[in-house]
Amino acid sequence: MLMSVGSLAAMGLALGSVLGVASRYLAVEENPIEAELQAMLPGSQCGQCGYVGCAQAAAALAKGEAPVTLCPPGGKATAEALAAKLGVKVDLSKVSDSGPQIAEVTEEICIGCCRCMKVCPTDAIIGAAKQIHNVIREACTGCSSCVDVCPTEALGMAPIPVTLQHWTWPKPASAHS
Amino acid sequence: MKEFALMMIGAALVNNVILARFLGLCSFMGVTTRVDTAAGMGFATTFVITVSSMADWAVQTYLLEAYGLGFLRTVTFILVIASAVQFTEMTIKKVSPSLFQMLGIYLPLITTNCAVLGVALLLVEGKMGFLEATMFAFASSVGYSLVMVIFAGLRERLALAHVPRLFAGPPIAFVVAGMLAMAFMGFSGIATS
Amino acid sequence: MGFLDRFLKAPSWGVHPEDHKRPAADAPLRLFPSPERVFMPLSQHVGGAARPIVLVGQKVLKGQLIAEAQGNISAPIHAPVSGTISAVGEVTAPHPSGLPFKAITIESDGQDRWIETDPLADPFAATPEEVARRSALAGVVGLGGATFPSAVKFALGKRLKVGTLIVNGGECEPYLSSDDRIMRDFPEQVVDGARIVMHAIGASEALVGIEDNKPEAIAAMRKAAEPYPEVKIRPVPARYPMGSDKQLIQTLTGKEVPSDARAAEVGVLVHNVSTCAAVHKAIRLGHPLVERIVTLNGGAIATPGNVYAPLGTMISDLLAFVGLKEAPSRLILGGPMMGTPLLHDRIPIVKGASGILAFDAAEAFVPEAGPCIRCGNCTKACPMGLLPLEMAARIRVGDLEGAEAYALQDCISCGCCAYVCPSHIPLVQYFSHAKGELTNAERTKLRTDATKRLAEAKTARIERENREKAEAAARRKAEREAAKAAAAPAATPVAEQTQGASA
Repeated sequence: MLMSVGSLAAMGLALGSVLGVASRYLAVEENPIEAELQAMLPGSQCGQCGYVGCAQAAAALAKGEAPVTLCPPGGKATAEALAAKLGVKVDLSKVSDSGPQIAEVTEEICIGCCRCMKVCPTDAIIGAAKQIHNVIREACTGCSSCVDVCPTEALGMAPIPVTLQHWTWPKPASAHS
Repeated sequence: MKEFALMMIGAALVNNVILARFLGLCSFMGVTTRVDTAAGMGFATTFVITVSSMADWAVQTYLLEAYGLGFLRTVTFILVIASAVQFTEMTIKKVSPSLFQMLGIYLPLITTNCAVLGVALLLVEGKMGFLEATMFAFASSVGYSLVMVIFAGLRERLALAHVPRLFAGPPIAFVVAGMLAMAFMGFSGIATS
Repeated sequence: MGFLDRFLKAPSWGVHPEDHKRPAADAPLRLFPSPERVFMPLSQHVGGAARPIVLVGQKVLKGQLIAEAQGNISAPIHAPVSGTISAVGEVTAPHPSGLPFKAITIESDGQDRWIETDPLADPFAATPEEVARRSALAGVVGLGGATFPSAVKFALGKRLKVGTLIVNGGECEPYLSSDDRIMRDFPEQVVDGARIVMHAIGASEALVGIEDNKPEAIAAMRKAAEPYPEVKIRPVPARYPMGSDKQLIQTLTGKEVPSDARAAEVGVLVHNVSTCAAVHKAIRLGHPLVERIVTLNGGAIATPGNVYAPLGTMISDLLAFVGLKEAPSRLILGGPMMGTPLLHDRIPIVKGASGILAFDAAEAFVPEAGPCIRCGNCTKACPMGLLPLEMAARIRVGDLEGAEAYALQDCISCGCCAYVCPSHIPLVQYFSHAKGELTNAERTKLRTDATKRLAEAKTARIERENREKAEAAARRKAEREAAKAAAAPAATPVAEQTQGASA
């Protein structure tokens, strides 16, 4: 009786101390995948995911606290990339991906208040006081932070129009899938 | 020497851990969707099986047998295996974070991977010497890794195939696993362990 | 060229489809009467769209510049008829999507009055740069279908010291015969154009590759090239896609263009026979590119043949000119293997339009696709040595990176694989889909990087502004206190007291 208890206790002690020493030498400061995840996010710090910025969102992703579908501006493409990096499977059919969208100013109701300019994370809105504002399409990330601050609802989100340059052949419909 | 070689071939191919003894099937189905993940799992498990078998042999010979504590065998073996897995986990986390992410829950689950405990119990049953036990454990785990990689390769191709909808996913994977097991039956007769 | 050569030197790649070139190729060239109205698209070439420089209501002469080139890779657009600009609007593009693009509409006055031209009497006395400049101003682009601005290619050839000019008279696509016709009817123009191009790029020889199913064109070209030993006529075996750059270069010179390199990097440059004729007209006559030969062929056409038509002519006008036996079941711009399917005929012809095919129901029939049986015919047919079946299997399940690993980017979309596929799998559509998606993904990535830089710049700016504000506030405070101390020297002990309190 004493022998068995003693031997188990001694083994536990020995193995525990080996692991203790190992954990000192093999300690990982921060999750190194975090930086890689952050690089995949749009970086506009728009805060639509509920975290303060993209770095915090990346940290939450690395810890597995946030779903890979957290980033609305990134859409399906980012979710797919994140899922592949983290090695998780995700049902992307539920991601409401209305395609990439960008902000658009309805010129008739813009009063030139400059509020949207200030919140835009990428300086994609140009304009001045009492002047109609406009969105630079190439710079807009579609984070929609400007939509909420507009006092006259002149800002809305619209899908990026399909042009000859962006059009791609659809995938052939397969009867054998 | 010849007996050693035969014993190792027997452990790796004829009495393959997965396909002949049906041990470690959860990781066999769980992490074989990609070849590189399967190879990583194979390496990790090979390390754990070899190290824990050596430790288990020592515990069995110098502690359990010497003091007549045979009834403690399962408990002590699990203790040793769990420590080895913890150590492997820390190492992988340090060395390859992306492999760590990909293996996910299956890495700590090596602890409860029946292949690890199975091999340890087999070498106790076989009353092997230290060198023989180490070789047996290593060969068994190489066999495990081999089957993992082969099966992952098959599943990568399977992902491209036109599979009827009812069979898509795990069902066809099990059918393929069965065929692979039948193919490995062809090794029986070249050596016995 | 012995009998055995046909077997020994015959390429192992490609396919040999029924060519359907005759009787259209043998019908004499017809001149299209000036159309009532032309629609001149602003992007008929690779690169930036041209910028219109005319106003609605303005009178223009034939050959007058109506839109100028914009950017390094671009080409200007000229009026193909004389008349009045009636609109700068949109017209359906010759593109499978049927999306619109910008075009200038000109109402013809029916007189076809040319603008005053500025021909170059002796191009060989002019500098190569001058020749390139004039070709660029004349809006000459590659007429084989790629529509890459020719002057850009001249400059590239000059820079990389290209020794050999390959003149592409392959025209391997079935049904088409516009290049065949230009070589038969205007061989002197082609040969002279080729010599001008040689001068422009500094090449020492020109190899004219013509498929051996066009004996009349070979004979006419041999005759025209007789006085010029540096222009060599080389018949090549008729095999699709012989007219593709890389395949023609390999057949004529034995050099293989590496996967990620351009033809100029192995010392050759390829120009189409029609492009050479256009260069001849641009330099010798001062005529910009405003007309071209278009093949009208297919089962639905009453009198198939080649038509010399102004650019911007509506396809419906051309079809009415040659007559229709029945309503076409399918319209294709270009050849049947690589051409663009068109949704309707209210589309203008562009610089790269070598032919319009109007197929009847039997020709347009597409059998239903079956599963891949892994026969491997596509790998034998692929002129680039790729594995179409492996790429398509990966694209089918959405693994585009997997397809890329099988060198999807080297695919030239020639359609050989789909042609030989016994299961009629639309392989080229799989590849076009995947290439488009990959390009879009790449573009999105660039865009994300750019916006990320913008976001970082904004954050940095706001931080700097805040810091500067804080510094300015501190400075003002210090000044205020200094002023206060100077204004009230009597109250020094008080100032000392406050300083002591704040310290």
